[in-house]
Amino acid sequence: MTNHYNDFKNSDVILNMGGNVAENHPVSFKWIQAAKDKGAIFIHVDPRFTRTSTKADIFVRLRSGTDIAFLGGMIKYLIDSNIYDEFYVKNYTNASFIVNPRYSFDDGLFSGYDPTKRAYDKSTWALEKDEQGIPRRDMTLQDPRCVFQLLKKHYSRYTLQKVSEITGTPTTDLEKVYKAYGSTYTPDKAGTVLYAMGWTQHTVGVQNIRTMAIIQDLLGNMGIAGGGVNALRGESNVQGSTDAALLFHIIPGYMPTPRAPWATLEDYNKTTPSSKDPRSVNWWKNRPKYLVSYLKTMYGGKSTKENDFGYGWMPKLDAGQDASWLNLFDEMFKGTFTGFFAWGMNPACSSAHAGKVRQALTKLDWMVNVNVFDSETGSFWKGPGMDPKKIKTEVFQLPCAAFLEKEGSISNSGRWMQWRYKCANPPGAALPDGDIMFELFKKVRALYEKDKGAFPEPILSLKWDYETSGHFDIHKVAKEINGYDLTTGKLMVNFVGLKDDGTTSCGNWLYSGSYTEAGNMAARRKKTDPTGLGLYPEWSWCWPLNRRIIYNRASVDLDGNPRNPKRPLIKWDAVEKKWIGDVPDNAVPPMGTNGAYPFIMKPDGVASLFGPGLNDGPFPEHYEPLECPIEKNLMSNQRINPVIKVFEGGLDTFATCDPKYPFVCTTYRVTEHWQTGVLTRWLPWLIEAEPQMFCEMSLELAKLREIKNGDWVRVESPRGKVEAVAIVTSRWKPFNIAGQTIHQVGLPWHYGWLHPKDGGESVNLLTPTIGDPNTMIPESKAFMVNVRKVARQPAPTKKIEKKG
Amino acid sequence: MADKSIFIDTTKCTACRGCQIACKQWNKNPATKTVQRGTHQNPADLNFATFKLVRFSESEMGGMPQWYFFPDQCRHCVSPPCEVVANEKAKGAVIHDEKTGAVIFNPKVKIKPADFKEIKESCPYDVPRYNAQTGIMTKCTMCFDRVKEGLLPACVKTCPTGAMKFGDRKAVIEMAEKRLAEAKKQFKDALLADANDVRVIFLLADDPKKYHKSAVAGNTIGITRKAALRHILKPFKEFQWIG
Repeated sequence: MTNHYNDFKNSDVILNMGGNVAENHPVSFKWIQAAKDKGAIFIHVDPRFTRTSTKADIFVRLRSGTDIAFLGGMIKYLIDSNIYDEFYVKNYTNASFIVNPRYSFDDGLFSGYDPTKRAYDKSTWALEKDEQGIPRRDMTLQDPRCVFQLLKKHYSRYTLQKVSEITGTPTTDLEKVYKAYGSTYTPDKAGTVLYAMGWTQHTVGVQNIRTMAIIQDLLGNMGIAGGGVNALRGESNVQGSTDAALLFHIIPGYMPTPRAPWATLEDYNKTTPSSKDPRSVNWWKNRPKYLVSYLKTMYGGKSTKENDFGYGWMPKLDAGQDASWLNLFDEMFKGTFTGFFAWGMNPACSSAHAGKVRQALTKLDWMVNVNVFDSETGSFWKGPGMDPKKIKTEVFQLPCAAFLEKEGSISNSGRWMQWRYKCANPPGAALPDGDIMFELFKKVRALYEKDKGAFPEPILSLKWDYETSGHFDIHKVAKEINGYDLTTGKLMVNFVGLKDDGTTSCGNWLYSGSYTEAGNMAARRKKTDPTGLGLYPEWSWCWPLNRRIIYNRASVDLDGNPRNPKRPLIKWDAVEKKWIGDVPDNAVPPMGTNGAYPFIMKPDGVASLFGPGLNDGPFPEHYEPLECPIEKNLMSNQRINPVIKVFEGGLDTFATCDPKYPFVCTTYRVTEHWQTGVLTRWLPWLIEAEPQMFCEMSLELAKLREIKNGDWVRVESPRGKVEAVAIVTSRWKPFNIAGQTIHQVGLPWHYGWLHPKDGGESVNLLTPTIGDPNTMIPESKAFMVNVRKVARQPAPTKKIEKKG
Repeated sequence: MADKSIFIDTTKCTACRGCQIACKQWNKNPATKTVQRGTHQNPADLNFATFKLVRFSESEMGGMPQWYFFPDQCRHCVSPPCEVVANEKAKGAVIHDEKTGAVIFNPKVKIKPADFKEIKESCPYDVPRYNAQTGIMTKCTMCFDRVKEGLLPACVKTCPTGAMKFGDRKAVIEMAEKRLAEAKKQFKDALLADANDVRVIFLLADDPKKYHKSAVAGNTIGITRKAALRHILKPFKEFQWIG
């Protein structure tokens, strides 16, 4: 999130799209309600009427997988109606930048496409630079090659009629949303967008969010109180785990993972983002300092200037290698590796195409399953269709402490790092995850010391001193993440002082400042609120530098005065020569006519309406999901995203426009359960409230298939089938897609065969192995199924109450 | 301690069911076995281990779904018919705390099945429940044991949106009336359900029947009132919480 949950209360219009905020982020609804109490408009756009929709001032439907069409229509509407923030667009975005003359877009393809590689040569998308290397601009926005004109041209195709035919949303509903959200284009209004997996889990996931970012930039809604693009995370610490580099392509603090062609530190540093524009802060230019400080954290005294600070010891990806989830399990299925740690995860239910994942687990020699309860992953070998006698995988189950049984920090969606205390001992032999990892590595190192093995240096050189009195000490880790000045031994004040000469250490530059000589900042609980906006600068700690709303210099005019005097976020004090309010992004004087641009993490210093860095195009374009109900993309002749990797062979089968699978299907969560239900299915009160797998469908579809409410149905895709209880509801409606009636159904992904016995199976037995071309997040939100009634006796109910 | 009341603004309820679960947790009530029946409402009804139940009611108006949530519970009536009927059947079965106004089923008093039927029928909101094995009646206690320690009732405490408020009756009624006036601007049929007769006051945006058959007392309350008037009310006793 660029902003925070409690900042929703500062919004005038809140758009929840690609998410279901009341059900999946129930406490955050407090702040939506607070905005509503002040007269804010709350809009919900979703295929289905949910608990969130009941509280919406405007609810409209769209077919799953058509968000770019919906939002592309909004871009056209805003430009055509002249409702965009002209000052912001000209000064704080790349609207005025001139694009390479070789750039073009034709019939769904951008310039530079190579059909044999299913990839783009992105060189034609570059922004033009002058002789000094500074981007060329036309501040009148009239040049036909400027970003603004290209944007206008690209989305001119997204007419209300066309968008309506693709999305199934009536044109009147489209206009209603566009008009209401567009009302935030004036500086005194703020619009915010709240999204979740409904936008990300698509083959156009990244571009869904890009489309909204363009809208927020057009409306001047980035970097302001009550604005932003806000990803509501589905897990309390998923923000923290991403910051700490849970994903394959990054190391802590969003630095790229070293790759084989970058053999030396110098090679790595050559990829540092650069800008010749003196007005662009280009904060990433500091990356070499963060990397060396990270290497000092990793290898301590063994990390020296002479040995590239141990850079050579870091694991490296091959050039172009994508080691994301779908590929990992594809390789596991092919037998590429022998061991696997399933740590706090349940891929046998959570992964797209879970049936393939369950087969992949049989190819392993060993698996370690670390979790609070047993799961379908830990017990895969005795699951449906498995013969334990034929499975070679040796499974080790390690029980771990639940969140109340350990101390440490979590970083929430709003980037607040909050310290938590232990309030109970874990049961039995269960240990906190940190303790397990700490002890595990000591054993691994002892084995290396004894047997040496291949390439022992990174193991033997690792600094592993997070111990106090013989026990793992989480505070020592937190301090190392903050980093030290190695010349004085003192904790770093923040990342500004980090160096690339080996005199500082830092486990994650973004978190530098979180645990200083003044104490554990994440443990702060003061409720002071000097701005009155709810920034609470002394409550916990927020990365980066305790800045609560990022890009906040976009909230002021060229002289540093708040553009919205009602909600001033920061203000330049010309006398004292300093910023007042939130921690400024960053502490340079106001932009004036020569000062620094506000988007300091972007190489050009401004927000990208035109984004030349992604794999699938500089402007978002509508493509159909891999499995879709219509033969032709109504926008172009490219039916699906032209650069997605299509997994072929083995268990990977797909069906599009196949009469055997006529209905669109999507997956979701309910308030009462969490993720695959590993934690919640064992809690009797929660399983009482949502006991069994269900399939929600419209009255019309139920009539077509002679299904009554409460009947058991079988939902089947080319990859698997699940049984579920039908919830026949007016909250689902068929879509009119270009004159065709298209039905959609939805199922939750909380259940699994292990527990409870009558709960039902994982919906991910149905979902396909296909991902977004930038992130490889699976397309779990739009695929095709069939639904049929099945004869099944309802599970016997224990009669508890004889009377009343 | 002044007369207490709870205000439940259904226009702010998102049916997260935090209240339903918090109630079970505080009262140490077990889960009951349920199945998916084609609705998100579960358990199907209030029962001896479920004192608070969010009811989900679905209808359609002008092509738009209407999905109403009703966090049902005992209303802690100003003049509770159950008290009159039950105490006639078994002395001390229902205690009406004179300080808070909480209406409490005494867990020490056993009730015969036939008597329970009559007690249940006396309630205009269909709230009393019964454990046939133990002969004990159950329902919401207004978290009497929390309130006397200065804590909010568990359901109110857990509500994330501010749909539930607890406080002195006078202040709660003022709050409810103020909120009704605001809500009427958006929902022309909004009303407070039986505000003068109950201590758990629901703000409803629409026809009460669309929420639950017993959302308001309807005609039955007149009858029970008459029945109640036939009895001479005994002086209130302050309930001493045991255990």
